[in-house]
Amino acid sequence: MVPLSAYVAVSAILFATGLIGVLIRRNFIIVLMAVEIMLNAANINLVAFSHYLDSMAGQIVALFVIAIAAGEAAVGLAIIIVVFRGKISTNVDEMNLLKW
Amino acid sequence: MINLLVILIPTLPLFGVLLNGLLGHRYSHQVAHRLAWGSVGLSFLCASGVFASVMQSGAGREVVVYRWIFGGDLTINLAFLIDQLTCIMLLVVTGVGFLIHLYSVGYMHGEEGFTRFFTYMNLFMVSMLLLVMGNNYLVLFIGWEGVGLCSYLLIGYYYDRISAAKAATKAFVVNRIGDAGFLVAMFLVFVNFKTLDYSQVFARAGELSTGMATVIAICLLIGAVGKSAQIPLYTWLPDAMEGPTPVSALIHAATMVTAGVYMVVRNHVLYDMAPAALTTVAWVGGATALFAATIGLVQTDIKRVLAYSTVSQLGYMFLACGIGAYTAAIFHLMTHAFFKALLFLSAGSVIHALGGEQDIRKMGGLKDKIPWTHALFLIGTLAIAGIFPLSGFWSKDEILAHAFTHHRYLLYALAATGALLTSFYMFRLTYLTFYGRSRMDHHVAEHVHESPAVMLGPLVVLGALSVVGGFPGFPPEAGWFHHFLGPVVMRPGAEEHHAAQGLLIALMGVATVIALTGWGLAHWMYSLRTETPDRWAERAPKAYTMLLNKYYVDEVYDAAVVEPTKRLGQVWDWFDRTVIDGLVRAIGGGAELGAAGSTWFEKYVIYGVINVLGYGNHLAAWSWRKLQSGQVHHYAAIIIAGLFILVHLILIWWTGPTGLGVALK
Repeated sequence: MVPLSAYVAVSAILFATGLIGVLIRRNFIIVLMAVEIMLNAANINLVAFSHYLDSMAGQIVALFVIAIAAGEAAVGLAIIIVVFRGKISTNVDEMNLLKW
Repeated sequence: MINLLVILIPTLPLFGVLLNGLLGHRYSHQVAHRLAWGSVGLSFLCASGVFASVMQSGAGREVVVYRWIFGGDLTINLAFLIDQLTCIMLLVVTGVGFLIHLYSVGYMHGEEGFTRFFTYMNLFMVSMLLLVMGNNYLVLFIGWEGVGLCSYLLIGYYYDRISAAKAATKAFVVNRIGDAGFLVAMFLVFVNFKTLDYSQVFARAGELSTGMATVIAICLLIGAVGKSAQIPLYTWLPDAMEGPTPVSALIHAATMVTAGVYMVVRNHVLYDMAPAALTTVAWVGGATALFAATIGLVQTDIKRVLAYSTVSQLGYMFLACGIGAYTAAIFHLMTHAFFKALLFLSAGSVIHALGGEQDIRKMGGLKDKIPWTHALFLIGTLAIAGIFPLSGFWSKDEILAHAFTHHRYLLYALAATGALLTSFYMFRLTYLTFYGRSRMDHHVAEHVHESPAVMLGPLVVLGALSVVGGFPGFPPEAGWFHHFLGPVVMRPGAEEHHAAQGLLIALMGVATVIALTGWGLAHWMYSLRTETPDRWAERAPKAYTMLLNKYYVDEVYDAAVVEPTKRLGQVWDWFDRTVIDGLVRAIGGGAELGAAGSTWFEKYVIYGVINVLGYGNHLAAWSWRKLQSGQVHHYAAIIIAGLFILVHLILIWWTGPTGLGVALK
């Protein structure tokens, strides 16, 4: 049986990967994908602890997270399309209007 | 059913007022005058119905329209009292009013403001009906002020003529003096009885002391004197002739000026308790009857002669009230309404025929040119002079006879002399207008024409009424009229006492002789020996100029009251301009100074503080602003750094500073 710490380690690695992706990549689509990775890292954690504690609550929350991630991806892609139409670019550095 | 008729009587002309007043400019004159006389005619029919019902039942009724003012002790209804007295007044007002409305259609034809004229006339009818129908003093007062207002509006009908505007103002102001008396009387009534309803006041009149009754009665008399143009407040009525002739006939002869008489008769219970007030009424009336008649002797304006005659005849009515002959007063009021309306309207017809000429020195010889008008004017003259058996004979003789049989010989002498003068000046007027040589300008004479049928029709009806109007009062003191009015004006407990038949017939003979003497004198002076008047005038120049100038009463009033009032006005004007305006300016200046001070304070102190705060904020914001770069990565990095710090803090809180590994176990 795979110990709980292995799941947590995989989850941590995945989360770190996603985090680094968000912080260093400049393409908006890649950033969005990195966010998905982070969400799924959290999902692994939830499911692992659910199994370990013998409670269904964690798995149900994981399902919610997946549903919300789908919604988030849809909204994110829509924003990308709108921004792309205006700027002909998906470079995150050029999207600097959200300031004072 | 009858109640509905009662309410309709004043409401119908009110509809006329509203329609013509608000929408009159939208439709033609044809529609406007039909609405006006139609509403008054219907109102007359309603009044006839009410009259028939009262005659049948012999009892009055009160119709409450709605509760008007209430609170505390005070309840005043808008309510109508319909008794025999009101019925007579209703018939006179609506009947004569209707005829005069019809006449006006012809007389006012083509005048500027035709619709306005009929609006005012209808408004007058509404007010006059409220006046005679009200069951309490306040409703009476509303009507009282309403007719005063309409009088003002209609005297000033030709408001672009300065004399008309002045006459209107004079009428209004003089009436106001009387109204003040009436108001005081009303207050005193309320203080004493806590109610203004006639029925309660008269039922409880016995509670009053004689002194209080006298004060109230005198105050009411002041009101009546103003409205009915008696000495000393009569001066407005002759000037009121500036209004159109139908107005003079309706308001200043037949109806409004008799409101004072009506009011005194209505309040006869109070007067009967105050013999001193009653005597005052009699002497005011008697003096006015004679005084106005003497002025009428020499006036040269056809309408002014009639105006002084009206003042004089109203004096007779007051005289009748003062000697307790209330029925005779109302009787004379009614016949006077007929023949004076007839005279005024015929005079209007003469003026109409002559294209606006009112000076009788420029008339003469009109008998054949306008025969209808002549005949009708002659009927009116015969009636007012008291020639048997026309209406004026019965009513005037009854007043004279009552004075004589009640041993008021001095008053009788006054009234009899007045009657002689009345007969004289009325026949003088007739002779100068219709007989003798024509003194008209050539171009006026060419255009003389008889009035149209719409004017002559009402005149014929009024002429007929002037002839037969006296018969309801036959036989004297016991006729139908007296029995009808008896329940209203009878003194409680007083026995009716009838003078000997022989004496009454003798007095009638004397009255006839007086009237014929006046006629004969006028005939001699103005028809046979036309040089006589001038010779007399030369022989007694002082008396003549005195009469011609109306005893200088207007001048005396001007000097004694009007001018001092004006000067007082100037004094107060000065006071207002210098003292009060000065005070206001000083206060204003102070405020301005204070405002300047506080402006400075605001600008430099308050704004200073606020600006310092603002700039400080700005400065603080400037250093933190750099954090908002707009770069998503920066935000993400900050969030993650914060997350690490938070998680770290939570772990420390749970396990202590060393326990990073503990949580994972």
